Amino acid sequence: MNARLRWRKFVSGFMLTMTGVCALISVSVLFFILGYLVYHGGTSISWNFFTKLPSPVGETGGGMANAIVGSGKLLLLATLFGVPIGFFGAIYLAEFSGSTTAFIVRYAADLLNGVPSIVIGIFAYALAVLPFKHFSTLAGGFALGLMMIPITLRSTEEFLRGVPNSLREAAMALGASKSKTIATVIVPAAYRGILTAILLAFARVAGETAPLLFTAFGNRFWSNGWNQPTASLPAMIYNYAISPYDDWHRQAWAAGLVLLGLILIINIVARAILSRGIAVPRA
Amino acid sequence: MGSRSFLSRLREGDEIARMVTFLFAASVVIVTLLLVFELWQGSVLARHKFGFHFFTTSVWDPIFDQFGAWPFIYGTLVTAGVSLAIAVPLGIGAAIFLAELAPARLSDSLEFFIDLLAAVPSVIYGLLGVFIVVPLMRDWLQPALKSSLGFLPLFQGPAYGVGFLTAGIVLAIMVIPYIISVSREVLLSVPRDQREAALSLGSTRWEATWKVVVPFARGGIMGSIFLALARALGETMAVTMVIGNNPIVSASLFSPGYSIAAVIANELTEATSNLHYQSLIELGLVLFLLTFVLNGLARLLIVATSQRGAGMGNS
Repeated sequence: MNARLRWRKFVSGFMLTMTGVCALISVSVLFFILGYLVYHGGTSISWNFFTKLPSPVGETGGGMANAIVGSGKLLLLATLFGVPIGFFGAIYLAEFSGSTTAFIVRYAADLLNGVPSIVIGIFAYALAVLPFKHFSTLAGGFALGLMMIPITLRSTEEFLRGVPNSLREAAMALGASKSKTIATVIVPAAYRGILTAILLAFARVAGETAPLLFTAFGNRFWSNGWNQPTASLPAMIYNYAISPYDDWHRQAWAAGLVLLGLILIINIVARAILSRGIAVPRA
Repeated sequence: MGSRSFLSRLREGDEIARMVTFLFAASVVIVTLLLVFELWQGSVLARHKFGFHFFTTSVWDPIFDQFGAWPFIYGTLVTAGVSLAIAVPLGIGAAIFLAELAPARLSDSLEFFIDLLAAVPSVIYGLLGVFIVVPLMRDWLQPALKSSLGFLPLFQGPAYGVGFLTAGIVLAIMVIPYIISVSREVLLSVPRDQREAALSLGSTRWEATWKVVVPFARGGIMGSIFLALARALGETMAVTMVIGNNPIVSASLFSPGYSIAAVIANELTEATSNLHYQSLIELGLVLFLLTFVLNGLARLLIVATSQRGAGMGNS
């Protein structure tokens, strides 16, 4: 083995090890994040966190019950608004549309998907806050729903297209109409994939903060009905983290732990549903 | 099918289903067009008043209605640049490991963690940025950089903790998962014969990877970088929390700064005049156009590269 070959082998071994180090660093970030949140959040979390309103400035204690309920309401609205558009739009793309229409709709969805969340916030502010002259839960739900549309649409279409054509043809051959085929054969065949797509879209918007700053705004009290500004977990984390109070910092950690835990669990469940396996390719 | 009349199809519900689902699909297009229209129409005053000077002047003064966006554009570009300088080598290195070296099961389970990392919301990164990264920067990394590389204008000035460098580092952590997943996917689509040909000609494993496989996937890897850049430019919460929110144009990375997304987040609901509000919307329009172009380019590159792999007999 001459010197040059030895050098080349050394470089090869060294660089390949470095790529392993890169992978290790990148993945360990996740465990650092989880570790810090569990460490700081775990010590600050208590029963009060889930059941009490935020306490007045200067008083320790209190919780984020209103933010938890607020986030739930916002996500409910977002799901009611975003999922049907994405789901039925995808059915049109996969089962009815010609290629030009499909291209335009897909293009628009991809464009919408790439829009920074702060710009979605501007749009929702101009459309759903300014005309009514007040922040509201509805406006927040609208902003989050907008962000759910493209994710639901694109992956649902992908899964519908993954259903083998023979299933369609078999249903048609038995005399079923197209709409009946879709409702009773195609959608059930792809339901795991579609459910996964919806869950992932849900998890993605559950942590969105920027669009909520201009729409749901925030609230230190309960928000009645759908027409008032409301607190939400992500916005609370933001406000509490940049505040100067130690007690608020502790609460921000607790809220971060709850939010991240929720999002990671949804992600894991979504992937588990998908990998339980049916004959549909992964999106 | 074609011989059946419109009425009979209507009775079976097919035409109704078609029309109803079409309405949903069309609404996606309408909402997107409306968004572009709102941004364009909402910034008309600012665009006419300031023209191109909006991008080159540095005075942002709501009291005298003077708005120049250069400090925000500068801050956005610098933080995105810092983040890519860190994330690109790390992300591509990790992607090479996952695609070329790691056994399939290890690669898949690591990819699972990378996907989870991509799902962490930005406000959580901001939270960790404020309480972990900022103190680390102030007490340790910035003094260390200053004493070792302090002769460079990049690393001068007081160490506040918040600033361009901190925001860039937090952004880097946020975009690495994107670079890894997409690059890994593209590297996996490189045909096997390419690797085997290089190895059979006597190259080492690294030479086969670096001189054959990576160049083959170059386009797709560039695409993943563009995706990461688009995300870094548009990122709001994490940057707002650690950049210092001070419209300063400084060569030093230690200096506090401001970014486009951060100024929108901080000022939109408190805009004092119509012109102020419209200037912020114009910033939103700039952000939209930047991410639109970058995302489009990225998609083209990634699809072209994957098809090139598939076209050469790789399944």
